[in-house]
Amino acid sequence: MKAMQARVRKLLEENKIDGFIGLKMEHGHPAPFMFSRENLGEMETLVVGDVRYPLNKALLKVSGQYPDLTFGVMVRGCDERGITELLKWNQLHRDRVIPVGVACSSELAQLCECYKPYPSDWVVGEKTEGIAKSKRLQKIEGMNQKERLSYWLNQFNKCIKCYGCRDVCPMCFCEVCSLEDRNFILTGKLPPENPTFHLSRAVHMVGRCIDCGLCEEACPSNIPVRTLYKKINEIVKEYFDYRTGESSEGKSPLNLLGEVTLELSDVNK
Amino acid sequence: MEYKTVLTTCGYCGCGCGLYLEVLDGQLVGAQPCKTDSVSQGGLCIKGWNVHEFVQNSERLTKPLIKKDGQFKEATWDEALDTVASRLKKIKEENGPDRIAFLTSAKCTNEENYLLQKLARAVVGTNNVDHCARL
Repeated sequence: MKAMQARVRKLLEENKIDGFIGLKMEHGHPAPFMFSRENLGEMETLVVGDVRYPLNKALLKVSGQYPDLTFGVMVRGCDERGITELLKWNQLHRDRVIPVGVACSSELAQLCECYKPYPSDWVVGEKTEGIAKSKRLQKIEGMNQKERLSYWLNQFNKCIKCYGCRDVCPMCFCEVCSLEDRNFILTGKLPPENPTFHLSRAVHMVGRCIDCGLCEEACPSNIPVRTLYKKINEIVKEYFDYRTGESSEGKSPLNLLGEVTLELSDVNK
Repeated sequence: MEYKTVLTTCGYCGCGCGLYLEVLDGQLVGAQPCKTDSVSQGGLCIKGWNVHEFVQNSERLTKPLIKKDGQFKEATWDEALDTVASRLKKIKEENGPDRIAFLTSAKCTNEENYLLQKLARAVVGTNNVDHCARL
């Protein structure tokens, strides 16, 4: 924590950044906040813990307002993948973002079943091994097609259409959202079209989902959407050889143009 | 340049979910659930997620309106309260207190709701008290 505070203070004092999006302990809760040269005295309230907020989303809001300024942001492995993709999608400018890393605790890494629970560089935490295959996903893959379909339909039936999964998502930056298309998703109807609503969102997570899991944490109905998107990421890796947020090289799958032939091997499983 | 979040409680219903209002340079730019809130535990419904929208909405009413000659006209609070009080009094005298009903709100505190039912029962003399959550 002290190391993070010292790094941020230095970046601000040396004018490397104009603001730092992190978490501030206030009223006993860690809350998103921007530290700046104007509030350096509050640096001791900067905290790092296992509670996570969509800081990249806050960064998009602030940098959108101040495109000529440079901002620091606290990043974990997932957030760094997010920055990589947001740069590719031209939502951020490379010279205008300075990430300051946190390596996740092994408890958090286990909870997330994260394949890379640390960014490329970090000032807080210790590197813990990533989890190659999600047990939650394996459990669902163990079902036959009929069981799997009924499992997901039952899960999606719990949806209260709060749009929390989309609203919290640091990778959802579209100004027009197909989940609000009234011809497609009817208003005043609960649960929303099943499975259209959730599968549409899942498809739009191709090349976007950085597996931060904030969607699932925000879901008041406890729908395991993260597991669904983990599967999406697996498919994207298998068929497009693309791991979202891993590299600044390579085109995001939904940006590929031209003819692509894909063979789905296990559709009848 | 300032970006901060303000911890507050959702005013839309009686659940009292904890949320943060995001403030950028004095303007509300978003709301998000407080993940460490003991009541809502990081979840919100669609109303909570959009709670910031009405505050700065240009269509928000900021002054009382009184309908005169079929048209709503801006009025002072004194005028508005006098109109309501005299009309309620007239209805009570002419038709009895049970021709009046009170509708309270989840956006008020327990104490405010208590005061309203007290006004209904003790001042007007009716038990016709209901709540917006039934709608």
